[in-house]
Amino acid sequence: MILSVEHLTLGYEKIPVIEDLNFSLEEHDFLTVIGSNGSGKSTLVKGLLGLIHPISGSITYTIDRRFIGYMPQETTVDDHFPASVYEVVLSGTLNRLHFKPFYSREEKKLALDCLKRLQIDDIKDRSFADLSGGQRQKVLLARALSATSCLLVLDEPSNNLDYESRKEFYDLIKDLNMKEGITIILITHDLAVSGIMGNKVLSFDDHDIFFGSTQEFRKRRQQV
Amino acid sequence: MSELLMMFSYQFIVRAFVVGLLISLCASLLGVSLVLRGNAMISDGLSHVSFGAFAVATVLNIAPLTLAIPLAIVASIIILQLDERHMIHGDGAIALLSSSALAIGVMVISITKGVNTDINNYLFGSILSLSNTDMIISIVLSIMVLILFFYSYHRIFALTFDQDFARSTGVKVDLYNMIIAILCSVTIVLGMRMMGALLISSLTIFPCLSSMRIARTFRLVVLWAAIIAVVCFIIGLSISYLYATPTGASIVIVHLVVFLILSVVQMVKA
Repeated sequence: MILSVEHLTLGYEKIPVIEDLNFSLEEHDFLTVIGSNGSGKSTLVKGLLGLIHPISGSITYTIDRRFIGYMPQETTVDDHFPASVYEVVLSGTLNRLHFKPFYSREEKKLALDCLKRLQIDDIKDRSFADLSGGQRQKVLLARALSATSCLLVLDEPSNNLDYESRKEFYDLIKDLNMKEGITIILITHDLAVSGIMGNKVLSFDDHDIFFGSTQEFRKRRQQV
Repeated sequence: MSELLMMFSYQFIVRAFVVGLLISLCASLLGVSLVLRGNAMISDGLSHVSFGAFAVATVLNIAPLTLAIPLAIVASIIILQLDERHMIHGDGAIALLSSSALAIGVMVISITKGVNTDINNYLFGSILSLSNTDMIISIVLSIMVLILFFYSYHRIFALTFDQDFARSTGVKVDLYNMIIAILCSVTIVLGMRMMGALLISSLTIFPCLSSMRIARTFRLVVLWAAIIAVVCFIIGLSISYLYATPTGASIVIVHLVVFLILSVVQMVKA
């Protein structure tokens, strides 16, 4: 087991958005989190990352929470921010810095390695601001990868991408899960392209929380 | 040239040179983080607060820095808290605090009889006002600012670029926000008397905006901001000495010219 969520209630200023949520993930699982806007997906992400504290219940990891690879929605980043691709990806290794002021050779190598794995090492000196939407997504994914070797949390990564780039992006994630065994939590409201990827589903629709295997979810859908 | 070098035979100019150079450097480095996060007005607010503090200190006859530095630090923490708790929207909080402090400062100076202080000196700066003690305090504090900035450089980049991600990797974002705000308030207070309350914030804002015309990575923006700050300060101080122009205004105008030139360079390149 890598993550266990028990009787979790999350919200803002004591007003709950998600109530009594229970689920757990094994290593190498691929969880798709589905729900319409405002259903609590983003709140769940914040909770999982420790950006907000649970009102009640618990989130327990068997890994150090700082070593989660988080990929935010692309829109959270300022369009004109001056940063090279390498600088952005290198900042993913910040969790290894502890009290050191500067990155060592190891962290730099790790960042370069992540750039190569996603085949974007050729744009490492370009400015993040000058990239296309698809390239930016890959850079943010590379940053998340350099932060983790076991768990990725991807918050609606396909927003603002055209069909081709989406497909390519999803293939990439599938590969990371299948070939490298990285546990994945994918938050999305984009079922059309992705179908339902992965082996587990957490669905927030209509105040009705469902957690189970993808097969169970499909059966349930067909009945409705 | 020899006439220019002559200026170093005046003690007060040597003091102004040393302090100004260090302050310009600190302000430009901290400014990069403030400007890129859309918090540029924090430095403007803090300068007004330190004006108020200086005025009160003068009237109470205590060493201005001993009152102004703690007050500015408290103000910066209040601004951060108001902003974080969404009690007042960021800009609003700063405007409230800064105009109130300005008003209190002006009021205190004007109702106190027997205080021979020229408000102009505080508002627009004067290089004659720096004492030897001020110089030593300024040197020590600005070196501390520089050390802390370089120690936190990568964390500052991460939290400036993406606060949530930085937090998720275990960076104590709130702590670093507070460190940046405190360093910024110290820098503003130290630089305020030379530059003036109304002009000091330009030292945090201009270098970053100018360097963003030509640099596209964080490291280069920081580097160019520092270079621009130092060069503009030296040119501005020299002009002020040679033509007897107000120091703060001269430095700001040099910054403006550099900004315009670099904007043209950027347009030509694109």
